[in-house]
Amino acid sequence: MSRPGIASPSRRGFLKTSGAAGLVLAFHIPFAGDAAAQGSALPPEVNAWVVIKPDDTIVIRIARSEMGQGTLTGLAQLVAEELDADWRRVTTEYPTPGQNLARNRVWGSFSTGGSRGMRDSHEYVRKGGAGARMMLVQAAAAEWNVAASECVAANSVITHPPSGRTTTYGKVASAAGKLAPPPPASIVLKDPAQWKLAGKRLARLDTINKTNGAQVYGMDLALPGMLNAAIKDCPVFGGKVKSFDAAAIEKRPGIKRVLQIGDSAVVVVADTWWRARSALEAMPIVWDEGPNARLSSADIAATLKAGLSADDAVVGNQNGDARAAIAGAARTVEAVYSYPYQNHATMETMNATARWTPELCEVWTPTQNGEAALAAAAEAAGLPAAKCEIYKLHLGGGFGRRGAVHDWVRQAVEIAKAMPGTPVKLIWSREEDMLHGRYHPVTQCKMTAGLDAQGEILGVHMRISGQSILASIAPQSIKDGKDPVVFQGLNAAGPEASIGYTFANLLIDHAMRNPPVPAGFWRGVNLNQNAVYLECFIDEIAHATRQDPLALRRKLMASSPKHLAVLNAVAARVGWDKKPAKGVFRGLSQTMGFGSYVAACAEVSVDKAGKLKIHRIVAATDCGHAVNPQQIEAQVEGSFVYGLSAALYGECTLKDGRMEQDNFSTYPVMLLADMPKVETIIMPSGGFWGGVGEPTIAVAAPAVLNAIFAATGKRVRALPLKNHSLKA
Amino acid sequence: MAKLNVNGMVREFDAEDDTPLLWVLREQLGLTGTKYGCGVAQCGACTVHIDGEPVRTCVRPLSTVSATQKIVTIEGLSKDGSHPVQQAWAALDVPQCGFCQSGMIMAACALLKRKPKPSDADIDSAMTNICRCGTYNRVRAAIKVVAKGGDVRSAGLAIQHVDHVDHVDHVDHIKRIERIAGSKA
Repeated sequence: MSRPGIASPSRRGFLKTSGAAGLVLAFHIPFAGDAAAQGSALPPEVNAWVVIKPDDTIVIRIARSEMGQGTLTGLAQLVAEELDADWRRVTTEYPTPGQNLARNRVWGSFSTGGSRGMRDSHEYVRKGGAGARMMLVQAAAAEWNVAASECVAANSVITHPPSGRTTTYGKVASAAGKLAPPPPASIVLKDPAQWKLAGKRLARLDTINKTNGAQVYGMDLALPGMLNAAIKDCPVFGGKVKSFDAAAIEKRPGIKRVLQIGDSAVVVVADTWWRARSALEAMPIVWDEGPNARLSSADIAATLKAGLSADDAVVGNQNGDARAAIAGAARTVEAVYSYPYQNHATMETMNATARWTPELCEVWTPTQNGEAALAAAAEAAGLPAAKCEIYKLHLGGGFGRRGAVHDWVRQAVEIAKAMPGTPVKLIWSREEDMLHGRYHPVTQCKMTAGLDAQGEILGVHMRISGQSILASIAPQSIKDGKDPVVFQGLNAAGPEASIGYTFANLLIDHAMRNPPVPAGFWRGVNLNQNAVYLECFIDEIAHATRQDPLALRRKLMASSPKHLAVLNAVAARVGWDKKPAKGVFRGLSQTMGFGSYVAACAEVSVDKAGKLKIHRIVAATDCGHAVNPQQIEAQVEGSFVYGLSAALYGECTLKDGRMEQDNFSTYPVMLLADMPKVETIIMPSGGFWGGVGEPTIAVAAPAVLNAIFAATGKRVRALPLKNHSLKA
Repeated sequence: MAKLNVNGMVREFDAEDDTPLLWVLREQLGLTGTKYGCGVAQCGACTVHIDGEPVRTCVRPLSTVSATQKIVTIEGLSKDGSHPVQQAWAALDVPQCGFCQSGMIMAACALLKRKPKPSDADIDSAMTNICRCGTYNRVRAAIKVVAKGGDVRSAGLAIQHVDHVDHVDHVDHIKRIERIAGSKA
C-alpha cells in the first residue's frame, strides 16, 4: 500500500506565494463591507432567547437550523410575538452546540427534522419571548418606581399610562438582564387570536442575501490559511481501500497531502478544491470491494419479495382479525407495490471545514442537528465534547441528509487531525454525494382486502417488507424487533401519523429486511411510500367495487373528522362533483403525518404518446396553528417538487455493490417545466401544532398515480414512473 | 498569470488552463455566490453571464474565456440588489435554501433581456436550473412580475414586507464566526 504522501518542499514554497492571494481574497470578499471587524461581543442577554442592543436591535436566538424551510423566520415570529417586539429591528443568530452543552441545554434540542421546527419548540420559545418581555417591563417599572402591572409593552416600547412615561427595550435591556427570570409556570402566553406577528404572511428574514450572492453556505466558507480536501470513499458499500498511488499525483500544482482516512476513503488535500479534486480523479486507487461486490437491485428485490409472505413480521397496527376476515371473504383485492432507494441530492453537497489541535477541535458545517454534529466531531477528534465546537452555517438543502448521521463531519475532523492547526475544508463532489447517500429505504408492500358480496370491506392486511431506517442509523432504538417509524401514517388514532380509515378488521405488519445499503431519513420519510401503498390501494378498491374514490374515503373516514375535513376541503375547491375539462383526469389522496392532516387532488392528462402532464394540484393542510402562511404555501409547493421528483424519476439502483446513479444526468429531478399549478388551502383548526415541511410530500405521488389510472387505466405500482409506459 | 474581466474589473490570478471557470471564480477570485452543484452542466447553479449570455461555468475551461469577454456574476448584477430581477425575487420571497438561486437569477436575467415579456413556454425552456427545495412556481411568478414592470401585486402572494431598520439578515452569525476564526488563527 502507498504511504500517505507530502508534496515536495519546493512545490509547497511556490504555492505559499502564488496560491495565497486567492485564499486571502476568498476570505475577504464574502465579508466585504460588513462591520464585523469593529463589532465587539453582543451586549448581555435578557434571557437565553433574547438579546437587545442599546440601539433597540433585537437579536433572537434560533436553535433549529435554517435549510430553506423558513424556520428561522417562523421561530423569530413566535418569540417576537410574545416579546411584543418591533419586527423592523429583529434579527437572529444561532447559539452554538457547545454553548448549549455548557449551559445545560438551555435552548433545548437543535435537531431540525421531522417537521419539528415549530411543533416541538413553540411553547418554550414563546415563553422565552414572554419571559423577556416581563423582565423588560419589570426593569422599566423599577426605574420609574411604579408597579409593573401599570406598565404596558408594545412594539419594543414600554409605557406607564398613568404618568405618561415611556422608554424603549434597548434602554432597559441591561437592567432587565440582571433580574431573576419569572418561573416558566407563571408565564401566560397570548391567545393565538390576539397574534400580531405570528400567523402573518411576513417576508422571510433571510431572503436578501440569497439574491445577491452574499449568503455564506458551508461550501463557501474561507478561513485564513485554509486548505481544501477532496475525498473518495470506496464506491462499493462495505468495501475498503487496498492501495493508492500518491506518487502519481503529488507533484501536481497545489497538492499538500495525500492520505487515507479510516479503512475505506482516500483524500487529497490541496490549496484549492479543484486541484485536490482533479488530482484525486487522476490517482490510481485499488479497492478491496468486500462482501457486497456482486450485490444488485434484483437481489434486494428478491429478498424483499420473500418478506411479503414471511412469518417473521412485527405488528404495527391491528384491530379485529384481518386474516380470518379475508379468508372468509366473498372476494379479495390484492396488489403488490414497491418503492426504490432515493438520494436526497441536496443542491449543496456534503461539506465541512475543520481545525484540530490537541486542545480544541472546531468544525464549520451546514447541519440539521448541531448537537449530533458536535458528538460526531468529538468522537472523531478524540477529544471531550467540551473541547469541541460546531459553528452552524446555512444549509444548501437538508431534507434529512444532514441530520442524524454526520459522516462528512467525521471525515473532515479526521483529515484535520492529520494536519494539526490547519483548517481544512472537505467538499464532496456530486458523484461522492450520490454514491454515499443515506438513502430513502427500499420497501415492497402487499395489500390485501377481503370484500363481502356487496363490495363492503371486511378486512385489510397491509404487509410491508423492507428496510428499517432505525436499524441503519440507531439500532439501539429497535425494541422487540420493531421499528415504529416504519408505520408512519398507519398508526392507531393519536397525535402523530395516524391512519384516517376505520376498518372492521385491520392488520399492518412489517417483515424487516435490511440490505447492506445505508438508509436515512428522507424528507417525508416512510410516510412517502406508505401513502402510495394505502391511497392507491383505496383507489383500487373503489374501482373494483365501482365506488367513487371520494365517497369510499368519506365512508371509511367517518370516525376521523380532521382527516376528513382536509379531504372535503380539497374536494370542494377542485369541484369534485363537476367533471374536469376534457382530457383531464383527477386523483385523490390523504394522509396524516408529522402532526398534520393533509389531502390533495391532482389533475393530469396523458397524451397518445404516453406523455404525462400534471396540470394542477389542490392541497389542504390542517397544521393546528399556522405561523407564517406564505411560507407554508412555499413548503407545500416545495414538497410537491420533492415528492413528484421522487414519483416521476427518483431511483437509485445497485449494480456490483454500488449505486449506478452518480449525478443529475443519471438521477433526473423535476424541472420548472414539469411543475403543476399548486393551490394551497391552509386550514388550521387550533388545539395542536403540526409540521408543514413534510406531510404534503406524501399526498403528491398517490394523487398523481390515481389520476394517471383515471386517465389511462394503467395502475403503476412500482415507482418511479419513468420505468413505465403510459402509452395507450 | 491568467487574466479575466469580472464584474467590470480585470483580475489577474494563477490557475491551470483547464480549470473550470466556476472554480476560478470561487477559489482564485473569491466570488462564492456562483455555486457548484453538479460539475456536469446539469443543474445550472454555476450560471454566470459572459458577454450577456448565460453560461454554465462548471464545464467551461478557463482557456476558452478571454480577458476581453465581460463576465458578470451574481455579485456584479447590481451594486445594491436593485436589479429588477433581484427586486422581484425579494418581493416574492422566492428563495428557500437559496443555493440554486444565484444561477436561477442569472438565467432569468438572460431570458428577460432576450424576451422582456416571456410566455410560459419561454420560461419553461429557458429555466432549466434544478431547485430541490421546489421554488419553481415562485421563480415563474417573479419572472412575470419583472415582465409586468415590477407589479408585485400581480403575483397575488400578499407577502407583508417590513422595512428592517438594519438589514442584517442572519449575517451576525457569520461575522461572529469570522471573528472566532480570526482570533484563534
